[in-house]
Amino acid sequence: MLSPAILFTAVLNGLMTGAIYALVALGLTLIYGVLHIINFAHGALLTVALFAALIAYQTFGIDPYLAAFLLAPLFFGLGYLLQRLVIGPAARGEDRNILLVTLGLAVLIENALLYVFRADTRTINLPYAFEVFEIGPAVVALPRLAALGAVAVTTLILWAIMRYTSTGRAIRAVAKEKLGAQLAGIDVAHIYAVTFGLGTACLAVAACLLLPTYYVNPGAGNAFVLVAFTIVVLGGMGSLVGALLGGLLIGVVESLCGFFLGESLGQIGIFTIFILVLLLRPHGLFGEAT
Amino acid sequence: MSDPVMLRVETISKRFGGLLAVDGASFDAQAGRITALIGPNGAGKTTLFSIISGFQPPTSGRVLFEGENIVGVPPHRLAQRGIARTFQIVQPFAGLTVRENIAVGAHLSQPRRADALAAADEIAARVGLADQLDKPAAGLTVAGRKRLELARALALKPRLLLLDEVLAGLNPSEVRDMVPVIRGLVDQGITVIMIEHIMHAVMNLAQHVLVLSEGRIIAGGTPSEIAGNPHVVEAYLGRGAAQRMLQAGAAYG
Amino acid sequence: MKGVGTILVVAALLAAVPLFGVSNVTLNFLVTALIIALAGQGWNVLGGYGGQYSFGHAAFFGTGAYVSAILQLRYGVNAWIAFAAGIGAGALAGAIIGGLSFRSGLRGSYFALVTLAFAEVLRILASVTPITGAGVGLLVKLDLRPEAFQFQSRVPFYWIILALVTVSLLIVRAIENSRFGAYLVAVRENEEAAKALGVNVIAVKLGAMVISAAIVAAAGGFYVQYFLFIDAGIAYGPWISIEALLAPIIGGVGTVFGPLLGALVVKVLGEAAKLVTGDAPGLDLMIYGGVLVLVIALAPRGIAGVVADLRARIVRRKPEAKPEQPTAGHHV
Repeated sequence: MLSPAILFTAVLNGLMTGAIYALVALGLTLIYGVLHIINFAHGALLTVALFAALIAYQTFGIDPYLAAFLLAPLFFGLGYLLQRLVIGPAARGEDRNILLVTLGLAVLIENALLYVFRADTRTINLPYAFEVFEIGPAVVALPRLAALGAVAVTTLILWAIMRYTSTGRAIRAVAKEKLGAQLAGIDVAHIYAVTFGLGTACLAVAACLLLPTYYVNPGAGNAFVLVAFTIVVLGGMGSLVGALLGGLLIGVVESLCGFFLGESLGQIGIFTIFILVLLLRPHGLFGEAT
Repeated sequence: MSDPVMLRVETISKRFGGLLAVDGASFDAQAGRITALIGPNGAGKTTLFSIISGFQPPTSGRVLFEGENIVGVPPHRLAQRGIARTFQIVQPFAGLTVRENIAVGAHLSQPRRADALAAADEIAARVGLADQLDKPAAGLTVAGRKRLELARALALKPRLLLLDEVLAGLNPSEVRDMVPVIRGLVDQGITVIMIEHIMHAVMNLAQHVLVLSEGRIIAGGTPSEIAGNPHVVEAYLGRGAAQRMLQAGAAYG
Repeated sequence: MKGVGTILVVAALLAAVPLFGVSNVTLNFLVTALIIALAGQGWNVLGGYGGQYSFGHAAFFGTGAYVSAILQLRYGVNAWIAFAAGIGAGALAGAIIGGLSFRSGLRGSYFALVTLAFAEVLRILASVTPITGAGVGLLVKLDLRPEAFQFQSRVPFYWIILALVTVSLLIVRAIENSRFGAYLVAVRENEEAAKALGVNVIAVKLGAMVISAAIVAAAGGFYVQYFLFIDAGIAYGPWISIEALLAPIIGGVGTVFGPLLGALVVKVLGEAAKLVTGDAPGLDLMIYGGVLVLVIALAPRGIAGVVADLRARIVRRKPEAKPEQPTAGHHV
């Protein structure tokens, strides 16, 4: 029947998918933790990043893993400007407005991509994409292993930024007590934009890690973002550690569900978890119940 | 001299995590009177109000309204049963006009829109908002918003009214304007419990004063008894407070 | 009742349009715009008046459409009865989704998220289960008789959807003039204060959700009769969730005529885009997304708000004019 080796492989694969989920969720939860908004444009921005990585490879021949170093700062800038010039001014601090503005951006971006690139699904062929490693009894593909490592490194960098830089301290101050931070002379609009930029940069890295094994089309980011929403809610809105653990957990759950139940039902499984968590524990598994 | 007890609070405690905000508080509020709840910031006064009005469940204890335990009854049911409250931090329906704000309360007894709006006009006149009926609530001054809080609560035609610092943030002349409005409530048969920091107003309005400190009722009595209890006052309201209260009482008595 | 006259005059003027021999293309444009106006009015009840922004009203549009189509196709039910049943099913879906969400205290972005998720679950389910035609969708049998809710000409369809929109306008006007409406707006503005004033917040939200869902389900049921086809992407797809919220937001959120006004603008924009560049996929939605951002940025109270501001400015310029009392921008 079920050999432990197969199960081990499924769990390991789940962890590696989960790492990318975690990275997407990390960006989302970072933005939520500081701006207290759910960025409905997160999925669309991930799709943009996937197309950017695709173009970098197809047009300029830049390997996706190298492109990450280029796209992360680029997307940081994109996120910064988006918050500073569009979302912030348009929303005027009203939650309902932010909701609608990010939704509007999501619809705009997604359909602009559809208009420009059409609905075709594209993939790239990397010479090393099918190289495999043996870990104990399991066989894993190189890109997935690379993704796991890269996510770990990205998380560490993000943690270091938050912990040791003055910008990081300012971000934490704004997250905790916006008014106090403002009184202490912190430029809140700037910090909001920096946070949005960091969250968007996470997407650029995630896209570069995904591209070797995933596909690109104008709706590609959406599959991830609903999972990311689930993770963020599961991990407790705004909690970085929660997003990491939640991401890994969902990755494993999905891998096992897909293994036992098949693909499309696996997707419903994620949604069901999402709805149940929202209804029963809106503050997350690790958050405090009220 | 004992009027019937309208509200009895029985050993109410409320714990937030490690903090005991209310610690076995008990008191009676008698019908047809103004009872004042005083005490330093963080003493648990507003928490107690939240519990009485059903916004928060107590960790333990009972609240009897006209003899019936009302713990666990949701706030809107309590409002329907005759308990109204105002909020320390005013909570106007910012996008609505003053009239529309008050009408929400009036709808409790007036199902028809026109009747509720008419009732709102009448109540606005009672609290001195008659000339601001068509103003959006967001455009009111602090004093105006406090009046609006009171007006909305009055629109419910309550039998018990919980006033949470309706005088805070008002200037002395505005306080002078409000004091008779509050005293007038009792004449209309409303029992009042008020949280207040402005001592001369408390001395002037309340028949019974309760002192809450660190979640406990540490003293209760007539204003002069409380003011004459320097131990209590010095300990919980700060040095010199007893003297100020006596003077205030004398000046307004 | 105040405002009813205006609604009836607008309805009568719109009803007269086919009498001037307009082309089928124009009529088709108007019918689709009115479908969006109806769905938008449904969203407006909950979102505009109740302040609960749903991102998944497709759940009700699709339920109305599918229940109507399935009853006709699989059980041979009369189309009109099936249409009514679809509205009932939509209301029931609203009661279930609303009951679950509001009881759990979900609001703001959480409510938007959970409604989005419900619509997506329904979309995925509809795209795999046989009763909804799975990936293929459902074709309603051609039966061009009024008894079957099908007509040779587009004109009766136009009058029926116009009648439905008119009823929705009257419902919303009645809500505005009722205690329920006052409570609903109070919940939108401040839930805690509403509770203190005797408002059963959950019941009020739930009532709004059920009315809202029923109206949107009617739009879905009509859609099926008009196009005689439905699939998972149309029924539960994000397009209808977005158009249903876009119409009231463009026209004026929380106003009686906002959704109708907004729906016409949305459809004109969509058609104009097609004229300029041909029918490219994604173009109309791309414009809708941009318009949504622009409206929030520049005119958050929509066309109705702009009109009210202009009127106030004109009144102020003429000192002799009788000062008009702005009623907080919630009425047109």
